[in-house]
Amino acid sequence: MIEFEDVTKQYPDGTVAVDKLSLRIPSNQITVFVGPSGCGKTTSLRMINRTIERTGGTISIDGEDINGKDPVTLRRGIGYVIQNAGLFPHKTVVDNVATVPKLLGWDKRKAHSTAMELLERVGLDIKLAERYPAQLSGGQQQRVGVARALAADPAVMLMDEPFSAVDPIVRHQLQEELLRLQRDIGKTIVFVTHDIDEAIKLGDNVAVLQVGGKLAQFAPPAELLGEPADDFVRGFVGQDRGYRALTFVHPEELPVQPVPDELALKDGVPVGWKNGSGELLPLGAVFKRGDSLRAALDAVLTSPTGCGICVDDEGKAVGVIDQAGVAEALRS
Amino acid sequence: MTWIGDNLGLIWEQLREHIYLAIIPVILGLIISVPLGYVATRYSWLANPLIAFGGLLYSLPSIALFIVIPAVLGTKVLSTINIIVALTIYTVSLLIRNVIDGLRSVPPDVRQSAIAVGYGSMHRLIAVDLPIAVPVIFAGLRVVTVANISMVSVGAVIGIGGLGELFTLGFQKDFLTPVVVGVVLSLALALVADLILVSLQRVLTPWARVSTPVAEVA
Repeated sequence: MIEFEDVTKQYPDGTVAVDKLSLRIPSNQITVFVGPSGCGKTTSLRMINRTIERTGGTISIDGEDINGKDPVTLRRGIGYVIQNAGLFPHKTVVDNVATVPKLLGWDKRKAHSTAMELLERVGLDIKLAERYPAQLSGGQQQRVGVARALAADPAVMLMDEPFSAVDPIVRHQLQEELLRLQRDIGKTIVFVTHDIDEAIKLGDNVAVLQVGGKLAQFAPPAELLGEPADDFVRGFVGQDRGYRALTFVHPEELPVQPVPDELALKDGVPVGWKNGSGELLPLGAVFKRGDSLRAALDAVLTSPTGCGICVDDEGKAVGVIDQAGVAEALRS
Repeated sequence: MTWIGDNLGLIWEQLREHIYLAIIPVILGLIISVPLGYVATRYSWLANPLIAFGGLLYSLPSIALFIVIPAVLGTKVLSTINIIVALTIYTVSLLIRNVIDGLRSVPPDVRQSAIAVGYGSMHRLIAVDLPIAVPVIFAGLRVVTVANISMVSVGAVIGIGGLGELFTLGFQKDFLTPVVVGVVLSLALALVADLILVSLQRVLTPWARVSTPVAEVA
């Protein structure tokens, strides 16, 4: 657990970046700091590894005051990922990843083999291991950044807007993979973003900060959307918060109806909707059994017939749901 | 041509002196410029005055410097130290700008992540900042090396000038061959030194030559 107690950062010119921030970041979960620019989220993050020194209050990791440790030693025990990855341009990919193990004095072969394992783990083609960062795409560099942060198996990983410089498709992939990775590694992750959707998607807990470094609300995403603490949070989570909240509604059993004849199938997989003249209309979004109500509603809204298609893990159609069905699930 | 054959010993001696007088100041200058440049990037208010001061030093006429230094240092007029000190001053005055620019060329996010992964400040300078600054520092090294090789000859005026002494010899005897030999060897030396520096830089910075990003796949 990382504990902030009355943590303050005031710059010499009097600007207060973080104002008496107190919160407990639970272990083995993803905690997201989110807020508009100037809310002190990055400052708060960097105070954890003392790349920014606070001016008041205490921060402790597992009950130990971080000021009791030499900053360099502290940092080697905390993974760190930033926007644009910040890879060392003069080192190969695998040497970048092996940086912290080497700083810790690991045996060279062990550092190298650990680095190779991690590259595989973050989904990077190991053929790229001997390349230099300039030869990689933004998304690949960010994977290397994550591997580098994890190389010495730290308990804590700090991520400062790591995915905000890549395009939306790659960002989506990287988010999904972070969640997958976290299921395996269970690190204490502190993640900074200005994007409320990203916060809701990734966070087990979300801290909403407002300008001037004040904590507006600290809660799991569903609670944030369902019961925003004040007008600032309400405004920040946005107009769509009711729709976003459906992400956290997983109805046991949606009222799915049998697959109608109008749905064209190929080996059970839906390929389009037949209209009267024998043409195929494109499918909308599909959803899986056990998906959130948001996914089901999205499927209904994007379908040309108003019927959302439910598929199984192999992509085969198992039924459809119409607007009335979703409305019924909403009521219950 | 017989002059060359008869004086091979002398030519070889002057060439060796020339190399020595040109290269030692480059090495000394580099050793002085790096910590100076590092301090200037840590205390950034120092950088511009230092660069300006360097420019001022470089504008001092070399002959004046060669003559003033013995008076200041108390060395003998015919001491090689005079030349070495003077050329070291020129080297530092030129190189300081490249060291500062080179260290500044480290991208902020790279510096940030170097601190965050746990490099101490000295370790970071040696393992991250300097290697990344190599291309910019080497651009300066190439200029000062060639400049030094040409400037050593001026030292002939005060009696120590490597190949420059062949010019003095030729002029005194109104005899062209030593002058031609001096010019050709100076040029050849500058060319070889530059080639060596370029090759060294290529060996030191294999990463700077790659710039073919693979297709955008996550």
